Amino acid sequence: MPTLGFPLFPDQASTMAGRVDQLYFFLLGLSVFFAGLICILIIVFAVKYRRRSDDEQPQPIPGNLGLEIFWTLVPLGLTLVVFVWGARLFFVTYYPPNDALEINVVAKQWMWKAQHPEGHSEINELHIPSGKPVKLVMTSQDVIHDFFVPAFRVKKDVLPGRYTTLWFEASKPGSYHLFCSQYCGTQHSGMVGRIVVMEPTAFQAWLSGGAAGGSMASAGEKLFRSLGCVSCHLPNDAGRAPSLVGLLGKTVALQGGRSIVADENYVRESILEPNAKVVAGYQPIMPTFKGLVSEEGVMQILAYVKSLKREEGAQVKK
Amino acid sequence: MNAVIAAPRRHYLNVNYGLKSWLLTTDHKRIAWLYLIGVTFFFFIGGFFATLIRLELLTPQGDLVQAETYNKLFTMHGVTMIFFFLIPSIPAVLGNFLIPIMIGARDLAFPRLNLASWYIYMLGGLFTLAAAAAGGVDTGWTFYTPYSSIYSNTHVALTVVGIFVTGFSSILTGLNFIVTVHTMRAPGMTWFRLPLFVWAHYATSIIFILGTPVIAITLTLVALERLFHLGIFNPELGGDPLLFQHLFWFYSHPAVYIMILPGMGVISELIACFSRKRVFGYSFVAFSSLGIAVLSFLVWGHHMFVSGQSVYASMIFSLLSMLVAIPSAIKVFNWTATLYKGSISFDAPMLYSLGFIGLFTIGGLTGVFLASLGVDVHVHDTYFVIAHFHYIMVGSAVMAYLGGIHFWWPKMTGRKYPEPLARLAAIIIFLGFNLTFFPQFVLGYLGMPRRYHVYPPEFQVLNVMSSAGASILAVGYLLPLIYLIWSLRYGAVAGMNPWKAKGLEWEIPSPPPTDNFETTPLVTQEAYAYGVADAQAVYPSGEPANV
Repeated sequence: MPTLGFPLFPDQASTMAGRVDQLYFFLLGLSVFFAGLICILIIVFAVKYRRRSDDEQPQPIPGNLGLEIFWTLVPLGLTLVVFVWGARLFFVTYYPPNDALEINVVAKQWMWKAQHPEGHSEINELHIPSGKPVKLVMTSQDVIHDFFVPAFRVKKDVLPGRYTTLWFEASKPGSYHLFCSQYCGTQHSGMVGRIVVMEPTAFQAWLSGGAAGGSMASAGEKLFRSLGCVSCHLPNDAGRAPSLVGLLGKTVALQGGRSIVADENYVRESILEPNAKVVAGYQPIMPTFKGLVSEEGVMQILAYVKSLKREEGAQVKK
Repeated sequence: MNAVIAAPRRHYLNVNYGLKSWLLTTDHKRIAWLYLIGVTFFFFIGGFFATLIRLELLTPQGDLVQAETYNKLFTMHGVTMIFFFLIPSIPAVLGNFLIPIMIGARDLAFPRLNLASWYIYMLGGLFTLAAAAAGGVDTGWTFYTPYSSIYSNTHVALTVVGIFVTGFSSILTGLNFIVTVHTMRAPGMTWFRLPLFVWAHYATSIIFILGTPVIAITLTLVALERLFHLGIFNPELGGDPLLFQHLFWFYSHPAVYIMILPGMGVISELIACFSRKRVFGYSFVAFSSLGIAVLSFLVWGHHMFVSGQSVYASMIFSLLSMLVAIPSAIKVFNWTATLYKGSISFDAPMLYSLGFIGLFTIGGLTGVFLASLGVDVHVHDTYFVIAHFHYIMVGSAVMAYLGGIHFWWPKMTGRKYPEPLARLAAIIIFLGFNLTFFPQFVLGYLGMPRRYHVYPPEFQVLNVMSSAGASILAVGYLLPLIYLIWSLRYGAVAGMNPWKAKGLEWEIPSPPPTDNFETTPLVTQEAYAYGVADAQAVYPSGEPANV
């Protein structure tokens, strides 16, 4: 990259960055070609056909159907190429790989809070390993924010009342800007932070250092007990509420004959709006936990519910 | 004849005097002047906000104004420029003045409704200005919920009332234009003899009528949620924050085309006149306006690629957005082809037109970047977007507006403006514009988010370039304000047709009489009969008296 004392092009620090840049340069080439073509034509015509006397009267040209069809079809073809190329990239950014490291992010005016599965939490910083896909499950406590890492070429809005996800795989250790790019109020431009990408071994060292108060799942288990969830959600389906073992990713039959695949948003909604989707065969007796548990708390419970999937058949009460 | 020359000819400007004769006029030409004063006022208000924004961004720290003030500045800049300058500018000033004349009519179909539209517009504008004076609003012109409906502590309700009211002015103007074009064309003025300016305004009017009610409803819902806590957009009350974005962009994307389509109409007229050629591919240019109007309602989701909307919705919206490139490209190619073997002169309106084509091409091509999903994820909500839409809305729409004002100034006033000064201003604006906004493409790809009061120091150089450009641009905009006012009194007398242009408006005196035409004209030619033997179409009985 040329250096003029200030950057002209962003770092490429994720597996996505190079792929987005390829399409960007293709578009740039296309733009330079067409803008240049139009410019040259205008200049050539303007000079060649400049008015030489005030009475000049050029011959009328009615138009040309062949030309019209030509310059309709050429842009159509090119834009379709750009569409397919861009859509394929978008698909990749939309679906995280299954083995992605999952980190929870809660945004609020005006800070970023991140929780690692091992229990570390960070504010306006996020430490991640390089060479490993990372999936962020994000929500907002107030207005809409947006998690934007230019060096990774990824961004995603962070909404109140639901989870959105974003994934990336950092390719180069270093420290990169994290911006909130959805306007969120007075200190919007102060809602910035840094993404620290570390070699996997250094990341492991970072994780094992520091006093983490137990993993997210264990914090979630504590909440699960203290909020009384445990009295109805028994590990087998014997309780007044359905078992949560192996819930994530399972298809759940709902009252009224519908069914949905249980994902993070479904679990979150069931905690805060229990009557929105009631499992078939159960009574709508669960109270709402809105106001009783924070967004971080919901994420911890979610981590606990997810952990039940892995240790299939494990006892909820130990 | 001697007696006639001694008494000054009666025209729409001197037919009567006094404030009342202007404020109660139903003459479309005088109402155009009322709008001209209104939009010029709001343009400089909006420009003032922009000046403060660019001054603040000279340094990475927030040192000129506080964060809250900065947020209010960019909000008021956007609101003023979009709703009170860009949307009414070309249609309500030039469209109002020219559409009846271009189709051979005495006035619009509903002259009193036309006057009412102006009052509604001013009322809405003053409401919004009152909100600004009372402390302003800090939501951004996009009013995203739940920030606008719950969290902002500023005058959201007052501002949206102003926009709501002004919307009706757009609806009524659109209605007036559509009815006028359908019912009041002079004998012989068939649809395919209409100037492309009229086609473009017809397409714009359709958007006015179909789109504006949606923004009115949307902003009303924001106000209802804010004032009465109805749960519409706020998830805590059971609402959906993304619903707002769908409703808002359903209007506001077409609104972008409201701002550019009339400009495209102006450019078609100017290119034809200053190359003395009929517009190449007339019917393709005409139908591409309608094509843009139709597509404009089908692409709103491209503002929401990273919002969490479904991946398939994003794909469809990306594909449809790509299609907008086609009618836009058709226009650019046809304008360029119009120059071929023409007789090209470089008067100020032509300089604006050539500048328009270049800037619109860049604005349009960078639109393809944004329509492409993979790249949009990175540049969405960055300065890349800011640069792109300023290339369309300032680089293109304002250039077209100024080009049009210069071109029809002799018709509107009967006077010529000082040509060398006008050319200089056009060149200054073109250079200043590019210096202001081109660096913002680079900033955007680097990742600088929009609406940032403070920014990382490595972005400073590009921001300083942009601010420097803005100061040049400001000079460019102030120049016409001065010499155009000067020319009202001191400009050379223009005569009926100083450009040797075609079209009905050039076959009546400058300034036109109140009734435009002495007798109903009979049209025997297409709009761009350059190079065709002159047929005196307008006054079959011969020259009008008192020219």
